[in-house]
Order: sequence, then C-alpha cells, then structure tokens
Amino acid sequence: MNLALKDIHHNMGRFVLTTLGISLLLMIVMGMGGIYRGLIEEATLLVDRVNADFWVVQKGTRGPFAEISRLPRNMEDRVLAVPGVLTANSFVSHTVQREYRNKPLRLTIQGLSWPADRGEWLPLIAGRTLGQAHYEIVADKASKLRIGDKIPLGKNIYTVVGLTHRMSSPSGDAMAFLTRSDAQAVQFDLPGEAIRNERTARVNRLQSIDLGSIQPQMAERAAGNSSEIPALGTSMVSAILVYVMPGYDKAAVASKIATWPDVSIYSHDGQRKLLLMGIVDRSRRQLGLFRILLIIVSCIIMALILYTLTLDKLHDIAMLKLMGARNRIILALILQQALLLGGLGLCIAYFLGQWVFPYFPRRVVIMQEDLIQLSIIVLLISVLSSLLGIFKALRVEPNEVLS
Amino acid sequence: MSDIHGNSVVEGVGLTKVYGSGNTEVVALRNVTLRVARGEIVALLGPSGAGKSTLLTVLGLINPPDEGRIVIEKKLVFDGQLRVNARTFRRKHLGFVFQKSNLIPFLTAAENVQLAMEINDASPREARSRAMELLEYLGVADRANHLPSKLSGGQQQRVAVARALANKPSLILADEPTAALDSVRGRQVMELFRDVAHEQNAGVIVVTHDHRALDVFDHAFEMEDGFLRVSSTLDKEIARRKKI
Repeated sequence: MNLALKDIHHNMGRFVLTTLGISLLLMIVMGMGGIYRGLIEEATLLVDRVNADFWVVQKGTRGPFAEISRLPRNMEDRVLAVPGVLTANSFVSHTVQREYRNKPLRLTIQGLSWPADRGEWLPLIAGRTLGQAHYEIVADKASKLRIGDKIPLGKNIYTVVGLTHRMSSPSGDAMAFLTRSDAQAVQFDLPGEAIRNERTARVNRLQSIDLGSIQPQMAERAAGNSSEIPALGTSMVSAILVYVMPGYDKAAVASKIATWPDVSIYSHDGQRKLLLMGIVDRSRRQLGLFRILLIIVSCIIMALILYTLTLDKLHDIAMLKLMGARNRIILALILQQALLLGGLGLCIAYFLGQWVFPYFPRRVVIMQEDLIQLSIIVLLISVLSSLLGIFKALRVEPNEVLS
Repeated sequence: MSDIHGNSVVEGVGLTKVYGSGNTEVVALRNVTLRVARGEIVALLGPSGAGKSTLLTVLGLINPPDEGRIVIEKKLVFDGQLRVNARTFRRKHLGFVFQKSNLIPFLTAAENVQLAMEINDASPREARSRAMELLEYLGVADRANHLPSKLSGGQQQRVAVARALANKPSLILADEPTAALDSVRGRQVMELFRDVAHEQNAGVIVVTHDHRALDVFDHAFEMEDGFLRVSSTLDKEIARRKKI
C-alpha cells in the first residue's frame, strides 16, 4: 500500500495547489536558464548565420558588436586581392528607432553586399530576398512588420519584401536587411539643412586659405555633393567578412591579413568568443545568480511545505510507529511525496513554460541539457527539502498517540 | 488471575515508573506486579492519575519502566533494559486500542486494517482478505471502503479493534476504548474484547472507568497512586453479575 499516494489522494486540493505553486517557481528557474540560452543564441545568431571564415575589423578594436569599428569600403577590394580569398563582403550594422503606426519601431539594420549577397541565407518565412539594389527591406517578424509595408528611413521609403524568423540582434532587436548602400544611406543620413550648412562651412574653410582664392572653381566644387569630391573619403563600413577558397590554408590567409597595420582579424570562433564575453557574460552571471537564489527559495518553500505536511501527520506517524512500522515506511511516505511534488512540479513547469515563454519579450530557449540539469537539481532539492520533515518524523515517539 | 506456571501471556514484576524529578517528581507505578493468562480478559480500574494508562504503555513497550521485569509470551523483554526491538515486538505480538480510534484518516476502514498486516510483511492480497474477514467478524464489513470520517464512533472503534487483531497478537492493550461511546455501543465493544480473548486465546487488558460492563471481565484490578491491587470486591461483583 502506498501511503504517500493515499495521503495525496485524500488531500488532493492542497497537493494540486502546492504543486502548482512549486511548478510556477520552477518555471521561473527554467525561464531564467532559457533566457540565458536565448541571449547566447541571439548574440551569436548573426555570426553563426553569415559563417564567415574571418572578420576583418578596424585595428585595435574588437569588432562591430563590441565597439565602433570603421573601415574604408575599398578594404573589401584589398582583402579580395589576397590569394586564397573567395569572397569579401563589407558588413554594415547599426540600430534605428522610428515611429511606425504610432508605435516605436526598433530595427538593427544589416547591409548586404548586393548583388553578390541578396540574403539567400536568411531564414525566410514569407516573401522573398532582396530583388533590387535599392528601397527593399527584409525584416524579422518580431518587428511586427508585414509584407508590403512601406517604412520611411532617412530620405527614402523602403518596402518590406520578405520576413525572417528568429533573426534578432544581440540586444534583442529585430533585424532588418537592406543592400549595403541603402544601409549606409540610412546610417549617414543628414537633414537637408545640415547638408546645406556643411557645404557652406566647407566653402568658407576653402576661402579662408590661399587655395580658395587662387582657384575659385574649387569653391564651386566644394559646394556640391560630398560624394563627388575626391578629397573626401567614401563612407565607412563596420567590418569585412572573409570567405576562404576551399582547399586553401585559412591560417595562412589570416596571417597575411594580420600583418596589415590598419586592421585586426578574428576567426569565426574568435568573434563568437568576443561576443559571448562582451555581451553575454555579465547577463549570464546575473541570470545565474537569480537561478541560484530561486533554487534556494524553491528548496526553502518545498521544505516548509513538506514540513507542514509532516506536522499534519505527526499523530498518524506516531500511530504507525506504535503499530510497529519500520522507519523506511515513514521515510517513504515523506520522501515519495517530496519527489512527486518536485517531479510533477517540474513537468507542469515545462508545459506551462512551453505555453508562456513565447510571449516573453526576449527569446527563451529550453535545451535538453538544461532540462536534465534542472531535473537533477529538482531531485536534489526534493530530497533536501524532505530532510526537515523526515527529521521531525523520526523524532516522534509512539506514545504521542496518547496525547 | 493467571496461571503463573506457564500459561501467562504477560508478566510484569516490580514495575516502577517515575516521571520528572525533584519537586515535579510523580511516581506513576510503584512496584506493580501483574500477570495475565492467555484467553483471559482483565479490567484495570481506578481514578484518573492512578497510573492505569502508564501501566499499559509500560507493558506495551511504548514507555519503558525505571525498574522491574517484563516477560511477554515467555520471552524476557525488559529487565532494566529492553531486550528486544520494541517496535518489531509490538508489530508481532501486541495490539492496541485507545479511547480515540486513531485510525489513519486518509485510509479506508479496510486499508487501516490491511496496513497493520502489510507492516508485518503480509502480502497485500492476503492482508486485504484477512482485513475483510475481521471487519465481517466485527460487523462493519459494509463500511470497509469508507474513510474514518464517514464512520460513526462505534464503527471507528470496531475498525480499531479489527486493526489491533490484524496480526493475531497474543496481548491486546485497550485504554478506555469505550469512553467515547454510548452505553450500548460501549458494552458491545467490551463483549467484543471478551470474545476475542476467549475465541482467539489472547490476553486482553482493558483500562476502564465503566463498572456497568464488569461481567465481561474474568478479573479486575484496582489502581490508586501507582499501586495495583487485586480487588476481591470487584471479583465478587464480577462473579455475581455473571451468575445473573
């Protein structure tokens, strides 16, 4: 006869409510772990998706995700000239926040090297990849944008032609993919008045030196489009993604580029490691601390619940002892209830989580190894939390039946 | 009184029990000697605080005495220290019934009886079958699948008796088993104990205040201030009532 099950059956309402409470706690513990996994996945998503062999960035910087990295666009051509390099794509990334349909719209914009890269590697769930050099955008569905939406960015209007799934930036914002030139147009967009002021300032600077007086046509040139002035550099990119030809020694290609004094080069794993150390590490520690605290709280609550359940049964336990029941029968009664409480709590937490986690603003990724780890933790806290009740039960004297 | 030379199921000799110390010292048993034979039912009478319940717990190995010797089923179980594992011994040889039935509230009547046997290593099937037999014998088989909270006081006490009998104990200790029952039910329970003692050849010691059911007992003892004495007056009264 299983006394634990009989007792639970008799006090079903209380057991169900207690289990539900424990499961909510465990769901939060599970969620914390899931958020951490989600952070890692979001942080490394782009690096993993583009899967470049190397990232070339501004000398001394840690890459576009850690800090500002600026490289001239022609760096792409320099890299391409290195023997063994299959392709080199410039990487442009920046975040914009606009008002759209009376709601804030936050997008992390990624520039694709169109036409070489139209975004075929993106996980599309609707629409298509970029089909023309300008004014098209592929956005993640987390942005709540729909196919055909027209988004004003800078001085242009971009049409949503495709939707991706689970493409978020390390900070959790939905990603949007434009051609590199459009991404840069958005990044370096200035209001008309600011452009006019800059042109006037440029002419004034020219006229204040001898060159301006000697060559008046230059003033005319200086007042024009900045892109038509050879003395001014082209717009900058954040990084260059390098893909090495199959069969070539990747290390040799990397060491060649690493000798250039104006760039730093990171492997795919190196960039990933930098991302995790920079963005995720502090969050990991914070979430880890929260998890530990929650596990301790769960353990204390479970211990209190089991202790209270045991106190309720002290008279019955005394009677069992008086009847000659062995200690293992009494231990089993408490321990089985603790394990059932923990086990059922974990199962309910998992299913509740499957239902609730998708509504969380950040991604929650529940991995099998985390579930196994949490199961072991729940097993341990179930046993630990029952110790107080077991201790109390073992100290009960059979003559307490008479009291 | 029992046959001292071999048929006694329990012998308590020179039992002394003191609670507390110094100013708070209470002597509950003073050099008590008692023998009960197989098939014999005896009453322990006396005022509250006389030491009746203490004697029962001492004989039931719940509460060891400070001095004295206890032999149950010809086995020395206490002579200044316990000579047996008390819990195992209780499980195999003793049955208890109290004023309150003390049934496990989350088990049905049958399960309460069955549990006592499963604790004593009976198989669930065997335990269930004997539990039903006992409940039938005690007239509560129709309530077998009811929880104690759904039984009347008399029915609960009958189930408690069935539980006490489950492992065929040689000694049954009952502490005011009829106190919570009306006189009719009380008498029924007392008669039940008498039948058990006679039919199952067990020794039964019943602590009671109720003089109305004296005729069911073979002997009666009186206790006062920790002393136990054979009451010839009561024994004569028992004999008189039995004749009637």
